[in-house]
Amino acid sequence: MAMTRLDQLYRQVILDEASHPRHHSTLAAPDYAVTVRNPSCGDVLTLQLQVQEGKIIAAAFAGSGCTISQASGSLMTDRIIGQTPAQVMQLVSDFSELVIDGHSPAEAALGDAAVLKGVHQFPARIKCATLAWKAAAQALGLPDAEDNHD
Amino acid sequence: MREKFPFFAAHPDLVYLDSAATSQKPQDVLTALQDYYVNANANVHRGLYELAYATTAHYEAVRAQVASFIHAAKPSEIIYTRSTTDGLNLVASSFGPQVVKPGDEILISGAEHHSNFLPWQQLSHRLQAKLVVAPVTATGDTDVEAVAQLITPRTKLLALAQVTNVGGGEVALAPLAQAIHDVGGYLIVDGAQAVAHLSVDVQALDADFYAFSGHKMYGPTGIGVLYGREALLEQMPPIQFGGEMIDEVLDQSATWAEGPLKFEAGTPNIAGVYGLGAAITWLMTQDRAAIAQQERSQVLALRQALAAIPGVVLYGSDASIGIVSFNLTGVHPHDLATFLDEQHIAVRAGHHCAQPLMARLGVPATVRASFGAYNTIADGARLAAAVQEARGFFLGND
Repeated sequence: MAMTRLDQLYRQVILDEASHPRHHSTLAAPDYAVTVRNPSCGDVLTLQLQVQEGKIIAAAFAGSGCTISQASGSLMTDRIIGQTPAQVMQLVSDFSELVIDGHSPAEAALGDAAVLKGVHQFPARIKCATLAWKAAAQALGLPDAEDNHD
Repeated sequence: MREKFPFFAAHPDLVYLDSAATSQKPQDVLTALQDYYVNANANVHRGLYELAYATTAHYEAVRAQVASFIHAAKPSEIIYTRSTTDGLNLVASSFGPQVVKPGDEILISGAEHHSNFLPWQQLSHRLQAKLVVAPVTATGDTDVEAVAQLITPRTKLLALAQVTNVGGGEVALAPLAQAIHDVGGYLIVDGAQAVAHLSVDVQALDADFYAFSGHKMYGPTGIGVLYGREALLEQMPPIQFGGEMIDEVLDQSATWAEGPLKFEAGTPNIAGVYGLGAAITWLMTQDRAAIAQQERSQVLALRQALAAIPGVVLYGSDASIGIVSFNLTGVHPHDLATFLDEQHIAVRAGHHCAQPLMARLGVPATVRASFGAYNTIADGARLAAAVQEARGFFLGND
């Protein structure tokens, strides 16, 4: 039997990821920290990153939100550890493309996070999926990011 | 009733439970909007030709109709606005600085919608006044006792919703009106969630200002009403300047029109006024007591059905006016709303423009079902059954 739209959105792996999110904590010595909000729903997400020798060595997120935003936070933090900031920026852009269009040439590069592509059938929920990724881009791409780096 | 609303012909299977956000419109209102553009399209308070005169006469006749609808003493106490928000901002910007001095207090409830929160918060900043936010009841409604206790001789403005937009509780305003007037302050009422459901009497409420929107009472979007006591409107300065609001304009000075036109700069939403008039006519020709009774029964039935589902937390009370807000423990309101949407059930999930209230309730968001004249008991039953199913989907059946 074909999966319903709901089953595609809420794959078991997503439900599990959201109920036991990885990297849902705070870092003792973050190099970057940013808090982003989804003003239409009130969700708040704080992301902290630690960078060493040009690579992200630790990532943690905090805050509460829906299944999609929590699962996305977990999958995103797990995916970006070990990447350079430039690689993270590329992943953020690939992820946006995937959840908006439902496909992306870079789907494989996103790894487990690609499981969230079912979101493209629910336009009202795309912001939930992209919140954590936007936080990463903001943390690394802010004009004053260097100022945060101390 | 449903057949009077063309929207439901386009969405036959939809369970629409979001009337507190905006109601659907009966055919009569849609006809009035079309009638304006097809038969009566002329600007008001300008043209000398007969058509413009007739349109102006209708525009003013609706003002009289609004006055009668909310029992204002005179049509000149009715100002057309864009919305409830627009009306409350007008009071804050024009009347606020006339009566609030540094060190004075503006009192609101923690259950207010952002539109009856932020104008006062920002006015307090501007005037070095203090915004006092009264605590709410455990279920998210305005606590009348708490509000009464916070009225002091320094309280210049008291701004409250007549019906709150999350809990849906009706606020007993009369004793508070007495208390605020006793200390020389003024009562501003946000009527957005009240007018569709209650028979409003601004004089009996003893309100100094009363703001509401057309679109939550079966009328069009973009048209609202601000009632103000005549003596207060007379002393208030306009806050927007342009056409229609003048008496005489010279190079270096100007004088203003009298009455409500002083606050209606620019070409107004004339079609919206036609639609608003039709909405009032439509409402007044319904059996409003029967609709109110039907809405009470629907609120009660839905609350009972939801209360029987393990993990459901209800806000508001059995006396809530047309609103049932709730959460399902362990399921985020957005996930629940998406699940419901897949079953063609439209509810609101979010902070309902009441973030200070969400903070007081200790939740990021709630789900809100709200009723209109076209809802049936079956709509609430379908919602409750779907919530039960959602529980199984997200949490597994235990």
